[in-house]
Amino acid sequence: MSETRTGAQVMCEALIREGVEVMFGLPGGAIMPFYHAMWEYRDKLRHVLCRHEQGAGHAAEGYARSTGRLGVCIGTSGPGVTNLVTPIADAMMDSTPILAICGQVSSTVLGKDAFQETDITGITMPITKHNYLVKRAEELPYVFKEAVHIATTGRPGPVLIDITKDAMQKIFTPNWDVKMNIPGYKPTTHGNRKQIREALRLLSEAKKPLIMAGNGVVMAGASAELRIFAEKLGVPVVTTLHGIGSLPENHPLNIGMPGMHGWVHSNKAIQECDVLFNIGGRFDDRITGKASTFAPHAKIIHVDIDPSEIGKNVKVSVPIVGDARNVLLALLEDMPSHDELAALHGHASDWMEHIRDIQEKHDGKQQYVSRANTRGMALPPHDVYAALSQTLNAQGNYVLVTDVGQHQMWAAQLIDFNAGPRTHITSGGAATMGFSVPASLGVAVAHPNKTVWVVCGDGGFQMTNQEMATIMQEGIKNIKVLVINNGYLGMVRQWQELFEGKRYSGTPLSGPNFAKLAEAYYWKGITVERTEDVRAAIDEAMATDGPVLIDFRVEREVNVFPMVPQNKSIGEMIESEV
Amino acid sequence: MRKHTIVALVQDRPGVLSRVSGLVRRRGYNIESLAVGHSEQPEISRLTIVVESEDVEQVVKQLYRLIEVIKVSDVTFDPTVEREMAVVKVHAPPSVRHEIISMCGTFEAKIVDVGATTMIIEMTGTPSKVENFIEIVRPYGIKEMMRTGRIAMVRGSRGHNAGEYIEAAADSVTAVPA
Repeated sequence: MSETRTGAQVMCEALIREGVEVMFGLPGGAIMPFYHAMWEYRDKLRHVLCRHEQGAGHAAEGYARSTGRLGVCIGTSGPGVTNLVTPIADAMMDSTPILAICGQVSSTVLGKDAFQETDITGITMPITKHNYLVKRAEELPYVFKEAVHIATTGRPGPVLIDITKDAMQKIFTPNWDVKMNIPGYKPTTHGNRKQIREALRLLSEAKKPLIMAGNGVVMAGASAELRIFAEKLGVPVVTTLHGIGSLPENHPLNIGMPGMHGWVHSNKAIQECDVLFNIGGRFDDRITGKASTFAPHAKIIHVDIDPSEIGKNVKVSVPIVGDARNVLLALLEDMPSHDELAALHGHASDWMEHIRDIQEKHDGKQQYVSRANTRGMALPPHDVYAALSQTLNAQGNYVLVTDVGQHQMWAAQLIDFNAGPRTHITSGGAATMGFSVPASLGVAVAHPNKTVWVVCGDGGFQMTNQEMATIMQEGIKNIKVLVINNGYLGMVRQWQELFEGKRYSGTPLSGPNFAKLAEAYYWKGITVERTEDVRAAIDEAMATDGPVLIDFRVEREVNVFPMVPQNKSIGEMIESEV
Repeated sequence: MRKHTIVALVQDRPGVLSRVSGLVRRRGYNIESLAVGHSEQPEISRLTIVVESEDVEQVVKQLYRLIEVIKVSDVTFDPTVEREMAVVKVHAPPSVRHEIISMCGTFEAKIVDVGATTMIIEMTGTPSKVENFIEIVRPYGIKEMMRTGRIAMVRGSRGHNAGEYIEAAADSVTAVPA
């Protein structure tokens, strides 16, 4: 019944069986049999040829983060796969389900330092959720099935499959009737009922309760449940960098982003709260500041699908292991009646008023934008964000991808994200400069009908801008790149200014004329040097039927505030230039 | 910092030991010993890890994150049988042989080789007994020594039966064709 196939054909069929439609990659010697086979399956399995494997990896991440589906990237043995290491590490830190498929030298020469041989399973052991070296073609149906299962379930993450060239070339009859045997992998998806009731008890008795929503809420597709939960309790919500979009920012209970560059009132709310309900966040040090000083008055309820995150960085009173959506549904099921929550509602509304009082005493988005404006700068970066935020909110149908650095924090602070989850995509845990342009490629492939806005710095842009060629070759028109060009590696420069006596060691940065570079890639390029021209440029980018880059030559030395200095409590923020 | 004895059952797949030792290294846990070997089930290996850590719960949780790790327990406070082995080559000219032989009798150590001026002694026992024995023979001159890692097993019916985890997958075909 089954016909014979090559290992490479089996790989293609396995991917199709798992619902994969797009792959991002580059060919090379060891992976050639796979490329040979994928030609036959090209109607079902689209291949996007990237210019660098790092680009392919980030594109797979962008695809995965904007859809919740598996992203697939491909590299050949040796340098091809070592170029995938950065996106794999990035996906590990931010729990992104990607599958890296790697060609390996033939099993006959494996271990003999053959041409382009690299021990990629050894290299990626610490930065993958799991990885495989396949030397026998017969294992392929099983390995692909298990790999995709592991990447996409529980706490998602990157999985790598390294396949020897001879396994891809072998002709055999595949056995697809395989059942998974992973006795050590059974993610807990439903929270413990007793702990769920305990969490509700703590919350309903609280005087200053606070909800913190992280990446887990986005990944579990639990935004609606989070909103209902917060509304029923009447409790304010902070959204972490990766939690942005899990509750719209214009929701009255959303008090914004906490952490190193979060708002003063958001951080003070954490420091003053008596019960902190964290769902899907991992208490990263950029959120906690000095962990021993974090939320000193709070009993902490921590919901996470990964048990190892609970109690890792902060002490937790009520641990709940489970999928964010399932846990929220259980919480809603056991929710006390409106009358029983009367006391909480009273306290929570006083508490909210208190937080809003703090907010009024400190600068927020509007103040930062208008103050930047009054300092006589030709183009304060804040003006770009104010205009972009207007456009995004008028348009609604967008995904914003940011890179890493000052521009990233400004985007998180200054843009009003009201369009739901998976509309703000950024590299958080690993903070990988160069993430944004290739990630936007993956987002645009997944969402051809949305406008994909990229905000990146001139430093990060110069790391991976070669993917502009890929975007052009693929005929992608819905990517608009905004380079916040300040001629510095700006976040490092900011630290040097504030903490290292302005010794700008290794941070001043030159670049090409970015608009002309874009034109060289057959994009539209626009240069903006004054606030007056920002609006027109963004409108033009929006109206152009093709990829556009705008080079915003912003004021060079502007800092991101508020800011918690390293290893300080999040209650001790620097709010503006001293 | 307290020393903890951890017992783990793992799927016997290529690279699993490397995953465990790599995890311990990168998370900065301080390992005193690690022993690995077959369990009563052919596809499941068994590890005993002695680790110094303030937060052994984290060590256990991190081990659980490895896909091939099936069961992990901290047995430090459980009633266990713990064993180590040392093979010691002692300087033993004829003049002191009798003394050494009598000491071996006291410690229930085995003499496994006798050369012109050396003896090889096999000492198996609880970690402290092995330690004591080594200190006793040290004055004679230890020329070579090799100690194994500690292995541990919980007493009584509670414990780490690898078969339980095979049964869970009993209805599935052998997943990876042999």
